[in-house]
Amino acid sequence: MRDENGKVEFLQGNEACAEGAIAAGCRFFAGYPITPSTEIAERMSARLPEVGGVYVQMEDEIASLAAVIGASWAGVKAMTATSGPGFSLMQEHMGYAVMTETPCVVVNIQRGGPSTGQPTKASQGDVMQARWGSHGDYEVVALSPYDVQEMFDLTVECFNWAETLRVPAVLLADEVVGHMRERVVLREDVETVDRELPPEGEEVERPFPLEPDDLVPPMPVFGRGHRVHVTGLTHDERGYPCTDDPEVHRKLVRRLCNKVRKRAGEIHESVGYDFIERDSDIALVAYGGCARTVLEAAEEAGVTVFRPKVIHPFDEGLVRRLLDGYEVLVVEMNLGQYYEMVKMALDPDCVHLLGYPGGYPPTPERVVEEVERLGG
Amino acid sequence: MDVEDVLRMDRWPHILCPGCGNGTILNVLARELAERFENGDLDPDKTVLVSGIGCSSRLPGYFRLDSLHTTHGRPLAFATGLKTANPDLEVIVITGDGDAAAIGGNHLIHAARRNLDVTVICANNYIYGMTGGQVSPTTPEGDVSTTTPYGNPEPPFDLCELVMGAGAPHVERWTTAHPVQLKAAIGRALDREGFSFIDVLSQCPTNYGRRNGFRDAREMVEWLRENTSTRDEEGKIRIGILRDEEREPFHARIRKVLEKAGGDGD
Amino acid sequence: MRIEVRIAGFGGQGVILAGVVLGRAAAVYEGLEAVQTQSYGPEARGGASRSDVIVSDEEKIMFPYVREPDHLVVMSQEAYDKYIGDVKSDGLVVYDSTLVEPSRGDVEHVGVPATEKAEEELGLRIVANMIMLGAYRELTDIVSFDSLRNAVMDSVPPGTEETNEKALRLGAELAEGGAD
Ligand SMILES: Cc1ncc(C[n+]2csc(CCOP(=O)(O)OP(=O)(O)O)c2C)c(N)n1
Ligand code: SF4
Repeated sequence: MRDENGKVEFLQGNEACAEGAIAAGCRFFAGYPITPSTEIAERMSARLPEVGGVYVQMEDEIASLAAVIGASWAGVKAMTATSGPGFSLMQEHMGYAVMTETPCVVVNIQRGGPSTGQPTKASQGDVMQARWGSHGDYEVVALSPYDVQEMFDLTVECFNWAETLRVPAVLLADEVVGHMRERVVLREDVETVDRELPPEGEEVERPFPLEPDDLVPPMPVFGRGHRVHVTGLTHDERGYPCTDDPEVHRKLVRRLCNKVRKRAGEIHESVGYDFIERDSDIALVAYGGCARTVLEAAEEAGVTVFRPKVIHPFDEGLVRRLLDGYEVLVVEMNLGQYYEMVKMALDPDCVHLLGYPGGYPPTPERVVEEVERLGG
Repeated sequence: MDVEDVLRMDRWPHILCPGCGNGTILNVLARELAERFENGDLDPDKTVLVSGIGCSSRLPGYFRLDSLHTTHGRPLAFATGLKTANPDLEVIVITGDGDAAAIGGNHLIHAARRNLDVTVICANNYIYGMTGGQVSPTTPEGDVSTTTPYGNPEPPFDLCELVMGAGAPHVERWTTAHPVQLKAAIGRALDREGFSFIDVLSQCPTNYGRRNGFRDAREMVEWLRENTSTRDEEGKIRIGILRDEEREPFHARIRKVLEKAGGDGD
Repeated sequence: MRIEVRIAGFGGQGVILAGVVLGRAAAVYEGLEAVQTQSYGPEARGGASRSDVIVSDEEKIMFPYVREPDHLVVMSQEAYDKYIGDVKSDGLVVYDSTLVEPSRGDVEHVGVPATEKAEEELGLRIVANMIMLGAYRELTDIVSFDSLRNAVMDSVPPGTEETNEKALRLGAELAEGGAD
């Protein structure tokens, strides 16, 4: 079956993610099997060779993200997919990708943690890890899909933002959307973004400028005569290790953060969000698989609801504009992670939490009950 | 082409201690590359150096080539992505004994098993040089390090046996006392398709030598010369070509998968 | 219309596939809203396996999980015992009468000798799931026969299309006979 935009399929979220990656131009995947993300690797192993891409099952998740970063420096769009335990192992290389400004996509189909936790159940417990999991100050892009179509669409967005900003982009999904099947249109009209490259054959003298403080420099990928040195050490403009000069470190890290932070509003506007305004004092906030419950509950209870798709970078201004004046109830499958960010944007006394770890999203009735308790 | 042309001379002086074996390796590699670039055997724009973390892993930063200085232990995992995503690249991995065999041991055996087409130069100085002289997986039993003050209670790895056991088709061992042979070995490794591993016994005068009865670097190089042999000799470490076979490299096998799936383009 | 269907049995009977096919028929070929979920992990090993489908002709299905099935299509005694209590009173239970002995009173039961007929008439025990699906469709008209057949054709291994279609039709016939 087809519609005007592409093939209509009935797929699992994980399968749609793989298709989105391929539509975005991903031609390299390295991964290590882990529930509930494995279907992504399985589909990539079948699909990539059909389109001339490379699939490698690595020896662990540390190696997986390393290989992805290597492939990205070879000029190829690359992705890995994992869940909690694997995402934990990847953290050193999240930082390396940030420091070396390597575009890549990391899919995390969140499951219950800590540790091995609930392998086959859903969670949103890695919201803070996606942001703070590696050491040092940094920013990444993290997007959270709430249905199978968004598993496709936001995977494309992850690639586009990774390429635009030269950062690792995280598809911060959960088992709810990873494993459920729904109708999805495998869009053929996707807009893709490719990293900016320096002219081929030209040695690049200053591959890592320190200023302006939100600059995204062109990426001198290997094998094109740029002759660059790339290191995870603090480096100067030439890319050379420079670990003793506080000013160089400050400028570098500020730029790595600002190139993402300063575009938070633009990212939210371009990726989009749901804001359904109703005549109520209470507003619900939810994202990812859990938002399905909350959108239903909000309709039932007749209250306003906000569903961000962009989890990081957080846009305080947007949240303030939309939600200031409401009693806000954040519903998430953890003990309060996005909640902490919302509290920082608003009057903290007006921000409430229904933290719901355990493997399944709360039912709409459970959420409505909580709204009633708040006086809605 | 002169050696200076393949090096980033603006980075001199380098950070290595006087007498460090890594200096010899830098020198030998630069000479071999300069020669190959000169006679057209190798394209400098397609030659990539990859390393982990350690003193030895700093070498790529001194070459005027594309170079990726990665994380501790993982250069072979990064190289797997680089080489399979673009098989036209000539990938040389520089690593240390700690980098390759401790934290990176798993990547080492799997890269050998896959027969990843890379040249691995392992500066094996029996110690963690960069962090100040802690015991490594190749430190001989009984030797003193900052974390084995009573002598190392662990037996060491033989890195060549390790990678041969994992399937590496081309394996050689030389020392910093054998620069001519080492240069030839690097040449052979670049010529071979597949996983080439060169274990280079090297001296760290600063953090190994002075704790284990060596007065200086010269004495250590002397020891390496006298205690190694290209023949099996009682009490001596075997050096030379330990294995030189042909095996289909990883990227060629991936190519076959693409052909099966119909994604090989033409 | 909003219908929650649970298809259950033991591992290897193809109940997951049956759910995927039903969801696909609804979502792709009927333009309905449909969500399919299933049991994973220890729950899905051996014992009872289940595939849940929600079909709706209204707006997008938000909360994706089946809580009180309107319909249960069940192919093993263990699955029957495990899930029969969840079914809405007055709900419909279509069971494989070769393998299941029904016990609950306040629901409608329709027995279909799917496993027996799969062996006898098609010589292939593993198409019992398609017989059940054919029977279930006939009883509920949840999707059209053509949509269901199209979805089956998309989902079964090449070379088995004919047998699977026969199984669907056989199921429809058996349902007609059994629904009294
Ligand atoms: C994950 C991690 N753990 C530890 C370190 C600290 N570290 C840096 S270099 C090194 C050992 C290097 O030893 P080796 O690989 O033998 O190289 P050498 O310095 O002797 O050349 C260690 C442990 C690190 N950088 N990263
Ligand atoms: S510490 Fe040892 S290995 Fe490191 S530079 Fe000094 S001598 Fe060389």
